[in-house]
Amino acid sequence: MLEVIFISSIKVIAVVVVLLTGCAYATYMERKVLAFMQHRIGPNYAGPFGLLQPIADAVKLIFKEDVVPDNVERLTYTLAPMISFVPAVLTFAVVPFSSNFTLFGYEITGVISDLNIGILFVFAITSLGVYGILLGGWSAGSKYSLLGGLRSSAQMISYELSYGLSIVGVIIIANTLSMVELVEQQATIGSWFIWKQPLGFLLYITCAVAETNRSPFDLPEAESELVAGYHTEYSSMRFAQFFIGEYGNMLAVSAVAATLFFGGWQGPLLPPVIWFLIKVFCFMFLYIWLRATLPRFRYDQLMNFGWKVLFPLAILNTLVTGLWVLWLSDVIFGG
Amino acid sequence: MNLDTIVFLVSAVVAVFGATMMISQRNTVASVLYLILSLAAQAVLYIQLGALFLGAVLIIVYAGAIMVLFLFVIMLLNLRGNQDMGDPPGPVSRFTKYLVSILLVIELVFIIRGVAFDTDASGIMSMVTDDFGSVKAVAMLLFTDYLYPFELTGVLLLVAIVGAVVVSKREKDETPIPADQASDNSDRGTN
Repeated sequence: MLEVIFISSIKVIAVVVVLLTGCAYATYMERKVLAFMQHRIGPNYAGPFGLLQPIADAVKLIFKEDVVPDNVERLTYTLAPMISFVPAVLTFAVVPFSSNFTLFGYEITGVISDLNIGILFVFAITSLGVYGILLGGWSAGSKYSLLGGLRSSAQMISYELSYGLSIVGVIIIANTLSMVELVEQQATIGSWFIWKQPLGFLLYITCAVAETNRSPFDLPEAESELVAGYHTEYSSMRFAQFFIGEYGNMLAVSAVAATLFFGGWQGPLLPPVIWFLIKVFCFMFLYIWLRATLPRFRYDQLMNFGWKVLFPLAILNTLVTGLWVLWLSDVIFGG
Repeated sequence: MNLDTIVFLVSAVVAVFGATMMISQRNTVASVLYLILSLAAQAVLYIQLGALFLGAVLIIVYAGAIMVLFLFVIMLLNLRGNQDMGDPPGPVSRFTKYLVSILLVIELVFIIRGVAFDTDASGIMSMVTDDFGSVKAVAMLLFTDYLYPFELTGVLLLVAIVGAVVVSKREKDETPIPADQASDNSDRGTN
């Protein structure tokens, strides 16, 4: 028992450390890639190639004065940045990052916890992330913050349905909710679920971008209309927490996408962890690429797109997949 | 005292604490937050009983969707904690309040008396089968024995949604309003 607790603790610490470092360097990556796409140089002062920039940013943010406006709701104002950050970290509790391996004579599983409702857990946890933005926007007592918070909640509620439905196809085909089993079913490239669920994948990635409030769906923080949206009144480390939350959510969504559609840690030659990180990296790159390429949606376009395009498509995808699986089972088992 | 009992006691206390704080708050947003806390603790209880699916769905549907809408409405109405909530209730409403509360407490006592007290949390857990509460088991029941009520509930919800849209819809002869305001209105109506 003690051994299990010990190993789990080490795994949790390792995952959190890697995740936080990943969040910090995701900001660096975003700035570098954006700079590259816009023919700029990007951060290059701190360390070689600007590699120490995230550390410099962190130090700066920690030593900044924490300005709290007079008319804030203290409790929620303090809680909001934490609420936006914690769900992103919790998601990684069920994401398998490696196959089972042996280290110092201990048999170690490549996931913190193999829940048999893994995906549902992910969706349950990520659905709580909206509170951070909503409460942050409301408690700051500023018009811009409030509008940003309201927009984000409306957006996230609208896209949550399609988001949830987009993965139902994969679940129907795989016949399991456990993330570990899902990865095991995708041992070869040919068996990746992206080939069986191309529409499901497109829906997932579109909704995921909207759920994480990233460009082109970054309406909640449209700077031309709302200053900085829900985190207008935040400063110092509280502001940084929102940022860590956003990047943490991006990483979480990327990790889930890699697990559901691209075989998770499965891959030849390289160690499983490396494959997993490569796949997550690719999705992060996609995020930044989208931001560099696409202009922001208008609010009504966003709502129309979510309800009138994505939602029917998600239902159609579920229906067709269900019928397909039913027909297949008829063929195999002879009705 | 084993781990199960500790988890049960902690989450049970948190659930009751959250529920109590929810009804005793003047600040509506704080009420909502305490309700979410209570729901989270209830989800833990469900999961401890082996009903993983139910626990997850409780979080997804109630904490993740319905309570967000609650908060949404409170924000749109801009109810702040320090706001005056109107006159204190009169004698009639007070009497009704206490009457209903007392009746509910009596009912609760009878229910608790009816449940055997000697089963602790781990005892209840050992009573259920391995398959209990799994997605497969719930789905099996939902789509066989309870298909009819399940589908009826779906229709009922649909009717409620359509009704809300109809109620919030403006008459055609009224002056047309800009699109963004119209969507604002329908939001308020559905909630």
